[in-house]
Amino acid sequence: MKKTLRVILLSGLVLLALLFVYFPVAWLVISSISTRSELLSTPIHWIPQHPTFQNYINILLPTQGTSEVAKTFRITLGNSLLVASSVTLIALVFGSLASYALVRLRFPFRQSTMLGILGTRMIPEISLVIPLYLFATRVGLFNSPAILVITYLSFALPFAIWLMAAFFESIPVELEDAARIDGCNRLETLWRIIMPISSPGLVSTGLFVFLSAWDEFFFALILTSTVSAKTVPVAIAEFTGRYVVDVGGMMTGGVLAAIPPVLLSLIFQRYIVSGLTAGAVKG
Amino acid sequence: MQRKRTLAQQDALVAFLLILPSLLIILGISLQPIVSTLYLSLFEAQRGINVQNVFVGLANYAALLNDPVFWVTIQRTMYFTVVSVGLELVLGLAIAQLIHSHPPGWQFLRTSLIIPWAVPTIVNGTMWRWIYNADYGALNGLLLQLGIIDKYIPWLTKPNVAMNLVILADIWHSVPFIALILQAALATLPADLEEAASVDGATAVQRFLLIRLPLLRPAILVALIVRTVEAFRAFDIIYVITNGGPAYGTVTISYLTYLEMFSFGHIGRGSALSFLISLFTLAMAFVYIRVLYRPEETL
Repeated sequence: MKKTLRVILLSGLVLLALLFVYFPVAWLVISSISTRSELLSTPIHWIPQHPTFQNYINILLPTQGTSEVAKTFRITLGNSLLVASSVTLIALVFGSLASYALVRLRFPFRQSTMLGILGTRMIPEISLVIPLYLFATRVGLFNSPAILVITYLSFALPFAIWLMAAFFESIPVELEDAARIDGCNRLETLWRIIMPISSPGLVSTGLFVFLSAWDEFFFALILTSTVSAKTVPVAIAEFTGRYVVDVGGMMTGGVLAAIPPVLLSLIFQRYIVSGLTAGAVKG
Repeated sequence: MQRKRTLAQQDALVAFLLILPSLLIILGISLQPIVSTLYLSLFEAQRGINVQNVFVGLANYAALLNDPVFWVTIQRTMYFTVVSVGLELVLGLAIAQLIHSHPPGWQFLRTSLIIPWAVPTIVNGTMWRWIYNADYGALNGLLLQLGIIDKYIPWLTKPNVAMNLVILADIWHSVPFIALILQAALATLPADLEEAASVDGATAVQRFLLIRLPLLRPAILVALIVRTVEAFRAFDIIYVITNGGPAYGTVTISYLTYLEMFSFGHIGRGSALSFLISLFTLAMAFVYIRVLYRPEETL
């Protein structure tokens, strides 16, 4: 009896937690497929009577007549994808090389270099933005995807080094010793032995870096001004401030911006949990 | 002996080459700018063309410390940080505990928690802003139907209410992060300690407070420090939900810095502010690195 009661109580709490998680998301999705008149009705229409995917079609398959909002989302989603993928690729390549050296090779100032790199990861963006802004305008990169890739590396690279370090540390040194006895030099060992067994680490690190770049808002807000470089968070924030009318279009933009990170995180779930525990942090 | 030294030298050379690209990037886009910001904070610098910057030493910092707006903002930032992180920790711990007791549906709950964590901050903010909407929002709709309110309320027009609602949005996003970390930590705890205590007659509450909580301390510390740093410099979510309003009621320290730099054009003063944020963050980072580097010491 007592046991059944306990199960019922715990199940109730699970249900409560699930409601807390899904209520806002459900409303986001419902708003994106509701017609405008239903969204602006009182009492509120929880279940849309005339669900429509027109907002999605407008963004994904634009025609001549599609709205400003839809066009902007389409372009900025593309910019976000370009910037986040480039940042991930660069951070993975340079970050894993540096990380390997910092973890496995002995050289002067190793410890202080490591700590210095980790320290830079904690510098808030707002403390870097004015000099980076001045730099961007001086070299003519203001409002370009390139300046976003460059500035995002300020958090992505130390982040990648930090995450990869945890993986390299878990690889037994004996493996490398064996490879060296077999005549591999340091770089061959890294390429042939270490990289293949670190692929889970690379996937997990890549995932975290991609998510943090996709999420980034502040640099994009300051360093871009038109759709040629704006990312999707900036587009959403701008519409939130201005277009109160096209709520459905905005919510659709929100859903589309949330789909890549949510899907990736769900697919690579086990990496997320282990990465979080290793001290990986993206808010 | 000879050969050993050449190997060590070889290692150092390889290490240098492997680290060099990263080091150059970090020097260029992190260290140079932060030094530059520190330098700018010593000037009466205004935004604009051909404005002469005047060296003022620490005057920007002194002016900040004498400015009541600065202190009100610090107070507000502290409120935001303490309340959101505090509630996130309590709720996160509760959910982790719930998952750990493996009730029906615990795996589904654990998977579901990833969603709020993965939703981009700006999308999260926009979603909540729409939920809080005065005329058509889901919050009003829900509370009215439940009979809790009898007419729609313009939630975001009162500074303290707006602040608490921003905190709620932040909680939705961050509780999963803490819950996921803590449930992973719970899963690694040895069961025998608690069993032994149970045999010795310890109650469930005693076991939780005296055994489980101390064992969780390193994980809790990591989550706390990370979230504190983030909450202290929160900007995105405030920008999108309230724009710092109403009546500057949700302006936290990062938001004030942003306003000084980009709305008022006080580059020197904004730089001083941003440097203060960096100092706080670095202090927290120091603790963070110590905790992560030697977790066993903190037990």
